[in-house]
Amino acid sequence: MSVATFIVPLVGWLLAPLLPGVINRVKAKFAGRRGQPLFQLYFDLWKLLRKGAVYSHTVSWIFWTAPSAGCAAILTASLLMPLGGTPALLALPGDIILFAGLLGLARFFTVLAALDTGSSFEGMGSSREVFIAALAEPALLLSLAAIARKITQYSLSEILPALSLWDWLQSTPALALATAALFIVLLAENCRIPVDDPTTHLELTMIHEAMVLDHGGPDLAFILYSASLKLWLMGSLLASLLVPVHAGHWALDLAIAIVGVFGVGVIVGVVESCLARLRMPIILQLLVGASTMAAVALILLLR
Amino acid sequence: MIDLLLILVVLTNLKLLGASRLGASIRTVAAQGVVLGLLPLVTHPHPLSIRILELAAGSVIIKGFLIPGLLFRAVREVDVSREIEPLVGYITSLLFGLAALGLSVWFGAKLPLPMGALSSWLVPVSFFCIISGFFLIVARKRAVTQVLGFLVLENGIYTFGVGAMQEVSPLVEAGVLLDVLVAVFIMGIIIFHISREFEHIETDRLSTLKD
Repeated sequence: MSVATFIVPLVGWLLAPLLPGVINRVKAKFAGRRGQPLFQLYFDLWKLLRKGAVYSHTVSWIFWTAPSAGCAAILTASLLMPLGGTPALLALPGDIILFAGLLGLARFFTVLAALDTGSSFEGMGSSREVFIAALAEPALLLSLAAIARKITQYSLSEILPALSLWDWLQSTPALALATAALFIVLLAENCRIPVDDPTTHLELTMIHEAMVLDHGGPDLAFILYSASLKLWLMGSLLASLLVPVHAGHWALDLAIAIVGVFGVGVIVGVVESCLARLRMPIILQLLVGASTMAAVALILLLR
Repeated sequence: MIDLLLILVVLTNLKLLGASRLGASIRTVAAQGVVLGLLPLVTHPHPLSIRILELAAGSVIIKGFLIPGLLFRAVREVDVSREIEPLVGYITSLLFGLAALGLSVWFGAKLPLPMGALSSWLVPVSFFCIISGFFLIVARKRAVTQVLGFLVLENGIYTFGVGAMQEVSPLVEAGVLLDVLVAVFIMGIIIFHISREFEHIETDRLSTLKD
């Protein structure tokens, strides 16, 4: 175990709040605005961490444990994700399923806390969140299975660094389909625009934001931080797929991969600027379409 | 290259199963026709001959432009709404398409061609086209979408022909295309008459016309 394996999660933990900043900056440029500072989320997190938390009399211990538990699940998931050819700190066969499970666990805690408040808006938000997640999960698992089948390894740390340009040349259609499906999953899981609008301020239209209305102070900081880290993890998954270059030295590879992650952020920003939010029935079609693409990729590679 | 074209055909079929707009469906079938028209260019065994070029050009023009053009004209003239109104929902259709794809891949592995196919995808893709063509004929209400299903079915037979013979026999191909063309014409005339008499072109409502 070298220094590099410790640097990969550290880089993720430190740079994750910058990714939403990059997306916001791209959106601002598209709209002709100057936009908020790139480091806005760091300022927000610092401000929130210094505040005290306010709890309603009607909530139970679930409400105040859930944000830290969710954050812990995402932090654990970040230990599984390799970046730029460096294997992750934690690697075991089948950790692709553990990764999906940890993301699901974090969502479970958020939903539970939202239901604990008894607010009707939060109940609606959690219902929609689970609806979307239930449709996005097959797409995530099927596309990960397709890529695992391509490399014939079952650990993220063995699959993603092993991926090369040669694999892309060999089976372009399957990998392209899996990548497209993963991109749709990224948009859906991180409440990005065609599925959810992260900047909406109307409770009726919120999905993810509606669930965290009652959280404040350090709890909200944990929630915002784990959301950005989740975006970073999905982004680094996509970056490893899209930029499978091996320059030779691990530091150079890592730097290329980090640029790749921010590149994915730029793509997300462009997509968000060009698309409007979809209606609920269309979201259903989009996500089932993503699952279909992932399944076709798997069928293509199974032969 | 062959595999890429065939996978494009699979994707257009899935798009067709999930599409909710008539115009989008017709354009998808047109795209599929163009892709299939290009197929003989990459599957031919010897250097490019004039005949193969003619065949490809003919297929592209008829499948990609002529028939879709006729369908667009029919849709415009009878002024139907742009929704497809399926009997089986889009999501269910997509999932059915996936199952059909799996089935045809499995089936294709069981049925090797005696002379060996150019690509292991030819047989599964042609089966998939035939199954989804039948499904589109059964599961959609509108006469126009049923014509589309018929076209997809014909595309499946064409794909199999390209794979089995290494080169398409023009006579067979011309016969099949002529059949389809006649079918499109007859459908166009029928649709026109139905719409003039009854102000809708839903075929399942015709069965309620009993005395």
